[in-house]
Amino acid sequence: MTELLFNIDDLPVPFKPGQTILEAAKAAGVFVPHLCHHPRLKPHGGCKLCTVVVNGRTQSACTYKVAAGQEVDIDTPELNAMRRSLVQLLFIEGNHFCPTCEKTGACELQALGYEYEMLSPHFAEFYPADREVDASHPDVLIDRNRCIMCERCVRASRDIDGKNVFGIAGRGGKATLAINSPTGKLADSDFAVTDSAAHICPVGAILVKRNGFATPIGERAYDAHPISDSVNVCEIAEEAK
Amino acid sequence: MFALEQAESPEKLRRIAIEPVTRVEGHGKVTILLDEDNKIHQVRLHIVEFRGFEAFIEGRPYWEVPVTVQRLCGICPVSHLLAATKAMDLIAGYGALTPTAEKLRRLLHYGQIVQSHALHFFYLSAPDLLLGFDSEAGKRNIVGIASAFPDLARQGVLTRKFGQEIIRHISGKRIHGTGVIPGGMNKALVLGERDALRGDIDAVIEWSLEAVGMIGRLHETEPEFYGRFGESRANMMGLVNEDGDLDFYHGGLRARDADGAGIFDHADYAAYGSLLQEDIKPWSYMKFPHIRTLGAELGWYRVGPLARIQICDRLTTPLAEAERQKFIAFNGGAPAHGALLFHWARMIEMLHAAELARALLEDPDILGTDLMADKGPRREEAVGVIEAPRGTLFHHYRVGADDLVSYCNLIVSTTNNNQAMNESIRKVATQFLTGHEITEGLLNHIEVAIRAYDPCLSCATHAIGQMPLQVELIDAGGALVSRGRKGF
Ligand code: SF4
Ligand code: FES
Repeated sequence: MTELLFNIDDLPVPFKPGQTILEAAKAAGVFVPHLCHHPRLKPHGGCKLCTVVVNGRTQSACTYKVAAGQEVDIDTPELNAMRRSLVQLLFIEGNHFCPTCEKTGACELQALGYEYEMLSPHFAEFYPADREVDASHPDVLIDRNRCIMCERCVRASRDIDGKNVFGIAGRGGKATLAINSPTGKLADSDFAVTDSAAHICPVGAILVKRNGFATPIGERAYDAHPISDSVNVCEIAEEAK
Repeated sequence: MFALEQAESPEKLRRIAIEPVTRVEGHGKVTILLDEDNKIHQVRLHIVEFRGFEAFIEGRPYWEVPVTVQRLCGICPVSHLLAATKAMDLIAGYGALTPTAEKLRRLLHYGQIVQSHALHFFYLSAPDLLLGFDSEAGKRNIVGIASAFPDLARQGVLTRKFGQEIIRHISGKRIHGTGVIPGGMNKALVLGERDALRGDIDAVIEWSLEAVGMIGRLHETEPEFYGRFGESRANMMGLVNEDGDLDFYHGGLRARDADGAGIFDHADYAAYGSLLQEDIKPWSYMKFPHIRTLGAELGWYRVGPLARIQICDRLTTPLAEAERQKFIAFNGGAPAHGALLFHWARMIEMLHAAELARALLEDPDILGTDLMADKGPRREEAVGVIEAPRGTLFHHYRVGADDLVSYCNLIVSTTNNNQAMNESIRKVATQFLTGHEITEGLLNHIEVAIRAYDPCLSCATHAIGQMPLQVELIDAGGALVSRGRKGF
């Protein structure tokens, strides 16, 4: 059987039928930035960091299937500038104080900020005042200040853990991470620290409690290598936990 | 009411504002009220801004706090890191630190003292002391020192760098690293790092000794002037260990009166609330703490180098203790209270910290890898106290069962010295300003007295980062005479 090929940034790359662009690129060792995508989860297409140009039209690489002969642009100045803006928007929408966050150095959002040379927030900060911290659970802390609504936890809890602990409630600027329990508190849900949803957040919004800076700054997942050095972004961050 | 704190009819007086005070960390302001004959009626050091850092801490998980509080101050983040972590060691339920962890923390702290004292002396105060209080304002800075005293400037830069290198190796970064975590340390010191530090330590000790000698000789030239400048007789407070030796990292609280008689000794710092009371005054955001049993009028006290070296029984390192003895002998054996003596005391402490660092660098435990203490049950409340470069630093937290901080109180060194600084500048105003035509050089005398305390007004404001600097001179009619921005 002849090898199926498509082109990434003008270079031919093999793929298997049914693969998304992101999967095929990853198999070929090509980095496609992503936040809401996680290999253990169904594609979501929410964050748009993975936006690529396919035969002249923008598509989400995490959901769009590859076809033979496709021309896909991934690493272009225009796309990277757009990605930087997306990252900036995610930063200003929440309250992200990297220096004091346990996730610093292992945070995918922060690492993408570095990757796309985000030197300032650029847009006016929202500093939302209504992002609640839920510390009710004995082992896990929810800090909504840092949630980027990627819904990884929502999907992990529902599809891997079989529990359905999380959801996103509200719309637009009022959207918030909701917890499926009588009180809305994590302690009153059936969530456990062993759930995969406890370890899948790309940022520091879901953190295992009482673990503060045990890994020195400088030895964290993205301290030594930029996020684009690895195509297995999420797995690396998870292993580092 | 303290003399010169409140003028009788302020509305009739001319007002001069020094704002902000330069070559100190953070933003502060001095106001002076004088009558037509230039007689001084009121002098105050104010903190005019309030940034409420506690609000960034309450409601946050406790393990973030040691890192968050470092952002209180760009000058001595390590002090806040250590004080907060000492409290969080207890909150998290850890027992005694491992020998290696305690020694690494101490080495880090000594590095911080060396770098902070060197910064203060060589960069911020040497320009006044060596070039003259009323030398040309534009040259009264480290650049002026570098051209007039190149060797001294070089030694100052390298001494400070040595302190910074200790911090970098132990905390992972020159500023705002981690290293210290509840229960111990997150990183061991490796052989190469230890050896690099050991290679420089002898020179640093030698330079520190030279700096002590230089400031001592300066006092000898005009003992009355240097000894009495901004003198304010104060109670003194600081930490000492069980033997009564000065201990920068841990100990009990000792307070003595201005003549050296005991007020309390080996007091458990966790009970600071029963020993000290914090008052507020309408004209400053900085609180005024005092020793409870003595009341506000008599109970105010001084912390920092000048207090520490005079209340301890001994410094445990030989060179520094010998210099301390010379200092005491020079002052006739009784506690001395001149503001400029702070510099001398500070250099003795820098020497002491450098000698302590050398001993630790020669201790095999410093390369150990057993970094974390054993864990027991969590606690809901704890206090962490250290002797920061500028004086006693209190961090007090309550943490709920949900791991979030529910209460936080910090008393920073500069706040402890609030009344003492006010008394020193009132003294300077009486000594030098009253009855004279006020010049920039005379106003700098006030700043010299404040600077001697090495105040960190940004800590005291609980502010983050540095503030813009501005000086205003306003005449009796309230009209602006001059305004200048000073860029430090
Ligand atoms: S908590 Fe984390 S994983 Fe869940 S939606 Fe927010 S950012 Fe995504
Ligand atoms: S990774 Fe494709 S949209 Fe988020």
